[in-house]
Amino acid sequence: MTSPLDLLLWAVLPYVTIAVLVGGTLWRFRYDRFGLSTRSSQLHESRLLRTASPLFHFGLLFVAAGHVFGLLVPKSLTSFLGVSEEMYHLGALVMGALAGCATVAGLAILMWRRWRTPAVRGATTRNDRLTYVLLGVVLLAGMSTTVLTNGVMGEYDYRETISPWFRGILLLQPDPALMESVPLTYKAHILGAMALFCLWPFSRLVHAFTAPVQYLLRPYVVYRSRGEGLGTRELGARERRRERQGL
Amino acid sequence: MRVMAQLAMVMNLDKCIGCHTCSVTCKQTWTNREGVEYVWFNNVETRPGQGYPRQYEDQRRWRGGWELSRRGRLRLRGGSRLRRLGSLFANPELPALTDYYEPWTYDYRTLTTAPLGDDSPVARPVSAVTGAPTTIHSGPNWDDSLGGGPENGALDPVVAKLRDELGHQVRFEFEQTFMFYLPRICEHCLNPSCVASCPSGAMYKRVEDGIVLVDQDRCRGWRMCVSGCPYKKVYFNHRTGKAEKCTFCYPRMEVGQPTVCAETCVGRLRYIGVLLYDVDRVTEAASVQDEKGLYPAQLDLFLDPEDPEVVAAAERSGVPHEWIQAARRSPVRDLICTYRLALPLHPEYRTMPMVWYIPPLSPVVDALAKTGFDGEDAGNLFGAIEALRIPVEYLAELFTAGDPEPVRASMRRLAAMRSFMRSVNLGEVPDQNLLSGVGLTEDQVRAMYRLLAVAKYDERYVIPTAGVGQAHELEAVATKCSLDTEGGPGMGGGGGSRGGPVELVVWNAQSRPEGLFPRRERS
Ligand code: HEM
Ligand code: SF4
Ligand code: SF4
Repeated sequence: MTSPLDLLLWAVLPYVTIAVLVGGTLWRFRYDRFGLSTRSSQLHESRLLRTASPLFHFGLLFVAAGHVFGLLVPKSLTSFLGVSEEMYHLGALVMGALAGCATVAGLAILMWRRWRTPAVRGATTRNDRLTYVLLGVVLLAGMSTTVLTNGVMGEYDYRETISPWFRGILLLQPDPALMESVPLTYKAHILGAMALFCLWPFSRLVHAFTAPVQYLLRPYVVYRSRGEGLGTRELGARERRRERQGL
Repeated sequence: MRVMAQLAMVMNLDKCIGCHTCSVTCKQTWTNREGVEYVWFNNVETRPGQGYPRQYEDQRRWRGGWELSRRGRLRLRGGSRLRRLGSLFANPELPALTDYYEPWTYDYRTLTTAPLGDDSPVARPVSAVTGAPTTIHSGPNWDDSLGGGPENGALDPVVAKLRDELGHQVRFEFEQTFMFYLPRICEHCLNPSCVASCPSGAMYKRVEDGIVLVDQDRCRGWRMCVSGCPYKKVYFNHRTGKAEKCTFCYPRMEVGQPTVCAETCVGRLRYIGVLLYDVDRVTEAASVQDEKGLYPAQLDLFLDPEDPEVVAAAERSGVPHEWIQAARRSPVRDLICTYRLALPLHPEYRTMPMVWYIPPLSPVVDALAKTGFDGEDAGNLFGAIEALRIPVEYLAELFTAGDPEPVRASMRRLAAMRSFMRSVNLGEVPDQNLLSGVGLTEDQVRAMYRLLAVAKYDERYVIPTAGVGQAHELEAVATKCSLDTEGGPGMGGGGGSRGGPVELVVWNAQSRPEGLFPRRERS
């Protein structure tokens, strides 16, 4: 029997997170396009950023790819393809640890830089601080699952529990029972990640959703007519209300 | 042939006195905000000198503009699209704030709040970015009028190029030195590398008038345009995280007014007008193998608005009749195409810039005068233009990718005009050979003189307004303040709860003065 807490954490919260993430992102794309920016601080400080930012971002892209692989690809498929349990485990451990270390190191330098460079510090908002803390927590918890739970302390096959649970969420068949036996480090990592995803649309992290891959396909020089887009910005809810009230 | 219209500017460098009125009025209009304290859409630099940002012309370092690949294809100097995407996380070619300068203000408060003492209080410099006390190492115009100074001269990338690649030593001894002012705005290029570098597609060239703009709602702060522009005329607003640049004062242009920098120019040396060009041939012209061929190739793009074929093609491409007429009267076309006086700035960047310059004759005249010759005598002047290698070669590095001939030709025409008009003014019989020698007729010289020396307002600026079809809406734009909404801070609107007047000079984005914004609603 699943406890109400488990039900809340592993069957309700995931959907709340998805709703906030999707809804919040749509809201920002519609009403706060001007606010969507990396808010680059490279103008203020370049030396540290040039090592730390690629380290962090490329590390993170690997980590993200690893997550997709680990969570979405069912165990049956990899074993069908002839990947043994040991090979998979070793691969995940080594690659995950490497990418994770790069990401954590990158983030550490970025945070140090933010703290120590007066101009960058001045450009840091409260929202940024919260984002950094949460990002740090999720990353460290994630690293501890790989390095501690899954490395030093032995082996934990998350592909028997967490992965099916995650796919169940996506397939609208949540099974919170799968999460009951999961080690604490994993639980902390997942809960932290859900909090991060809730913050995502409202923080600077949205820039990740605007990654400009279309650049590869478009012609170099963009021409636009004066009329296009002129005054076509959609009004925010508040502005529309004002308009209706004739204010 | 696909015809497009382009608003272009020409500046007559001989008349620039380096007063910076253009920079200041531009700044007060467009960049007197937080985040863009260090930004000058219009700046005036002293040449020889480092420019702003310092040494921006050194493209081996900044990698702005375009280059030809080994197979002769045009590509961004900053690398392929994949390389650009790969360097999104940290842009290796981005100038730092210190390459511009760290903006500062002064701690004026001490002047009035310091306790009584023996020493008079001093307002110390405070960084406008961090608010901490700072030491000023450089400023927006640090080497102003120090063109000949040995510390600055040798740091000029153009001087360095002349020295390293051509073995020409620019002299900085007092007697041989020369300097002039170079006012710069965005070039609103025909082949803009800033637009091509923007991964989001937020930057665009306007079809109607060729003005290059940043869509603030689409910019995501990837800061690739900043390094992509070889003239360093896109700036990063460090508050909003968005790129900003010279807009060619498009709200003014649309109602037929010149840009703020042109309107307020004390020397009355700026000209604005329309040029018609063939868009289909831009890439081809920008891909000419020999850099010295880029200036003629660009000239070749411009179309003759008197040619019936061109007019028909223009109408087919949707260029309004008014604009074709404006192109016929364009002072810019006269200076660029007819008299061949104006030259592009750094055509070797292959962006096909559209703010052109009439090279200054004054370094030559000054040099003559210093040696005791009559600086306005045609014989002396022509001789000097030939003999004074360095200023001419320096100018050629700026305007024609190093080909001295177009610079000399332009200067000879200027010299011929000076001598001819002096004879006229002194009641002498002008030497007609003078004119035929430079390929001008007397009528042309008089018209040139009128345009350059008399420089009437409505001859300097021939600006067609934006489409007649929209005249009705534009009238509202022109005659009404955009802040004049109900409840807005403008003078119009009825009722509403507005506070008293707002002191904009000391306002920063952190504070929220009563009346400047609509009331925050608390729900
Ligand atoms: C592939 C998509 C992404 C791209 C293209 C991208 C690009 C950028 C850029 C250009 C900056 C500004 C760096 C600067 O000049 O200051 C930045 C900063 C940042 N990005 Fe990303 N990013 C991506 C994905 C992500 C993701 C997925 C995360 C986190 C989950 C992330 C977290 C951050 C953080 C925390 C910063 C601030 C760094 C600092 O200045 O301290 N990014 N990113
Ligand atoms: S000069 Fe202006 S149009 Fe040309 S590349 Fe630079 S910013 Fe773009
Ligand atoms: S206002 Fe005119 S004269 Fe003065 S610096 Fe600017 S361009 Fe030169």
